[in-house]
Parts: sequence; structure tokens; C-alpha cells
Amino acid sequence: MKDLHDLSRYPLRLEGPDRPMVSFRNVTKRYGDLVVLDGLNLDVAEGEMVSIIGPSGSGKTTVLRMLMLERIQGGVIYVDGAPLSHMERGGKLVPANSRHLRAGREQIGMCFQHFNLFPHMTALGNCMEGPVQVLGLSKQAARERAEDLLEMVGMIDKRDEHPARLSGGQQQRVAIARALAMRPKVLLLDEVTSALDPEVIGEVTEVIRKLVQKYRLTIMMVTHQMGFAADISDRVCFFYDGRIEEEGAPADLFSNPQKERTQQFLSAVKSAD
Amino acid sequence: MSYLEFLRDYGPRLIDGTLMTAAQFVCASALAILIALVAGLMKLAPNALIRIPAVVYIEIFRGTSLLVQLYWIFFVLPLFGITLEKFTAGFVAVGMNLGAYGAELVRGGIQSVPRGQWEAAYALSMSPAKRMWRIILPQALVNMLPPWGNLLIELLKGTALVSLISVADLMFEAKQINGSTFLSAQAFGTALILYYLFARALVTPFMRWLERVMARRIGRA
Ligand SMILES: Nc1ncnc2c1ncn2[C@@H]1O[C@H](COP(=O)(O)OP(=O)(O)OP(=O)(O)O)[C@@H](O)[C@H]1O
Ligand SMILES: [Mg+2]
Repeated sequence: MKDLHDLSRYPLRLEGPDRPMVSFRNVTKRYGDLVVLDGLNLDVAEGEMVSIIGPSGSGKTTVLRMLMLERIQGGVIYVDGAPLSHMERGGKLVPANSRHLRAGREQIGMCFQHFNLFPHMTALGNCMEGPVQVLGLSKQAARERAEDLLEMVGMIDKRDEHPARLSGGQQQRVAIARALAMRPKVLLLDEVTSALDPEVIGEVTEVIRKLVQKYRLTIMMVTHQMGFAADISDRVCFFYDGRIEEEGAPADLFSNPQKERTQQFLSAVKSAD
Repeated sequence: MSYLEFLRDYGPRLIDGTLMTAAQFVCASALAILIALVAGLMKLAPNALIRIPAVVYIEIFRGTSLLVQLYWIFFVLPLFGITLEKFTAGFVAVGMNLGAYGAELVRGGIQSVPRGQWEAAYALSMSPAKRMWRIILPQALVNMLPPWGNLLIELLKGTALVSLISVADLMFEAKQINGSTFLSAQAFGTALILYYLFARALVTPFMRWLERVMARRIGRA
């Protein structure tokens, strides 16, 4: 196993037209002594919608957080061919510094279970913040972009409201618009409907459906909504104990799971519904 | 001498003193807020070289008496070649002392902002400075306004000590009047009332107003 930590085993870049948009290569994530993900290998193609399902604590959120928020302890993560977790120095990969991480993560958007909108800004302000402060767009250009996106998620009428005055479903739609305003190549969705009342889940899933079917955005989505995942995903990964226990097209994985753990999980979820 | 006569004769001096107290209060508050912000932010820095000076500063100024600090700044610093005018020495001492307490409020206010806000700002690739300045501090400010209201009252009370280095504030005038007339009850009683009114009729309502304005800006009201 030692040679897995030898960075010279990993290419400096992923080349070619078929290269994945996101690639985890032998990625290990630890919190102290707790190994949360051990040698994860996962490729996501451009325009692909991958759903991540699995029991609580299996590491689903961690997969997304490694792309956006956390450092990793082993392996390499590539985004659009370029290393994200590492950077090239003198023809070799070395662990990324925070500047490289931040620059690489400009290509990624993330939405959270609890929305995390900025409470002191309006819906419009939330969507303009990144483009103005990070991408350096003019206020005018950022406003147009934000308004287009708020229109797309059906929130243009509420553009001047603060998050405290919006329902959960509305906040989450603004949060999606905020992430998209950065024009990300990859969108990460971590249980974006889990904190919502059942009657407003649909308004958020409709937006996601649009992103998939109309805009062909590359999406990695952690979800407990099996029906929605089955309906919309190109591929479903079942996580168990920090590993991908089983993956496949939703039709196969949901109707004909091969592994016992997958079967147990799916029947447990089904009986809970 | 009736109290009305007392007010007629000495009221103007007490008013002058109150204005001086107000000037001390404003200058000391501005300094305290500035110091609190800088020291509070420094105390949260990951780098120990930045953190330690703030920790030491806060420890020293909270751990020793304001009066001793005032005497140091006014009487001892000149021995090291730093001579401050008494007005300046007065508000600098009060501001530095209360700023140390304020630093803890700033630190607590920043830490009370939910982690999700940091993550959302980071997920937009905002730089550390922009995350702090545009996302975290505005929310921290709202959270820490109520304790700042109390701190500013403490600061106001603290300014009475500058009379001991002969800044002609309200306390100083009251003492002078007492010294020449021996009307202790009237002199100190009026000072008491004026301090109380300053705090409860000016500072507290102003802070309440600020809290409401900020709450509205954050959409909570
Ligand atoms: N910051 C952290 N420090 C320590 N352990 C953590 C941390 N974050 C997550 N973990 C641990 O990592 C494991 C995986 O967590 P993760 O949040 O990825 O699970 P999950 O599959 O998203 O679960 P859920 O469905 O409950 O959201 C858990 O055992 C969790 O306790
Ligand atoms: Mg999770």
C-alpha cells in the first residue's frame, strides 16, 4: 500500500477528450485516527449526474466536502483534468497550498442542506456576491447574471427579500442560483431537500431536473430521496463504511442490487417510506 | 442655599463637565472599538505570532486596574519619552482598557457566526479577508451589539477616573464644587443624576436603535 502515497504514480494532468470532469484517485480522508474514506476511486464524466446514497455516516457528505472544503490525506483529486488537491511544482505533484485550492474550487459550486444563505443580503445580493467579489464582474453584469438565474429558479419576484423572509424551498432555490452565478463546471448538492417540508421539496427537485435535462451540468448529488435519484441520475453510487459498495445505472442498482448491503439498505429505505 | 440656587450657580460648570465627559466618552469609545476589532481578530488568527500579542494585551489590560493604567500612561510613559496631554492620556487609558474587554466580545461575536456561513463564503472562493469583512463581521456585529451596549456603559463610568489626572470632566467639576462649597450632597448627587441620564437617556437608547437598524438590515425584523 505504501506506493499509493508515492505522488509520482499520479499523472500531472488528465488529458484527452474522454477525461473525467472529476476524478478521485485513491483518495483517503481521515479525521484524526478515524478513517472516513479509504482509497476512494470515483470518476464523474462531463455532464453526468451522479447520485450518492448510503446509510448515515457512510461518508457521502465527506466526498463532496473533499472537493470543496477539506484537505485530503492520501491520493489525488482532479477537476477538469487539473489536480485540485495537489499542484505541480518542478514537474512533480505536491500538496496544494490554500491559494491553489481556492482557485481550483472556483470551478465548483456547492449547495448545502441548510442553505447557508447570507442573512444580511437580499436574494439578489446573495447571487451577486461571488461574481462581484471573486470574479470581478461589474455590478451591472453581476446583476443581470443574478436576475437571469433567479428567473430560472423561479425566484425573481423575491429578489429583494432577505433570506429570513423566504421559505426553506425558496431559500434553497436562491442558494442554487447563487452557486450557479459562479458558472461552475461541477455542482455539488448535499441533501438539498432534507431540511425541507415535504410540500416544497418538489420546487427544488424541479430546478435540479432542469439543470440536468436542459443545461447538462455535471452534478454530484447526495440524497435520501431514492425515487428522485432513480428518476434523474445517470449513475448511482451506494456508499457503505467509506467505500463505494456498489454503483451502476439507477435501473440496475435500484431494481437489481447485487450486494447484500445494498439490498438491505434499499429495503430498509423502502419500508421506511 | 436651595437646590435651585445651587443649579443656577454651579449648573453651567456641571454642564461643561458633562460635555467634557461626553468628549472623553466619544474618543474612548472610538479607540475601544478600534482596538477591540484589531485585537479580537488577531486573537482568532491561526498564526501564533499574530495571536500572542493580542492575548498578552488583553490579559494585561483586563487583569490590572484601570486607574493604575491611567497613571502609567500619564505619569510613567513620560519617563520613556512619551508625553501625552491629560485629555489624550485620559481617553487613551479608558479606550485601551475597555478595548481589551471589547476584544473578547468581537472574538465571541465572530465565533457565534455559524460555520455554514464560513463554508458558504469559501464555496464562493472568497478570499479570507473578504470572507471576514463581507460575510462574517456584519453578522458578528449584530450578535455582539447587546453586550457592547453594556460595555459602553462601563466605559462611561470608567471615564470618571480621568478626573484624577485633572481632566475637567463631570466628576472633576463635582469635586471642585464640593471642595469650595462643601455642598457634597448637591454636587455629587447632581453628578450621579447626570451620569445616569447620560447612560440611560443617551447611550442605551442609541444602542437599542442601532440594534433595531442592524436587525432590519439582516432581515430579522
Ligand atoms: N469534522 C469531522 N470530524 C470528525 N469526524 C467527522 C467529521 N465530519 C464527519 N466525520 C465522520 O465521518 C464519517 C462520515 O461522515 P459524513 O458526514 O460524510 O456521513 P454521511 O454519509 O454524509 O452521513 P449523513 O447521511 O448522516 O449525512 C462519520 O463517521 C462522521 O462522524
Ligand atoms: Mg451527510
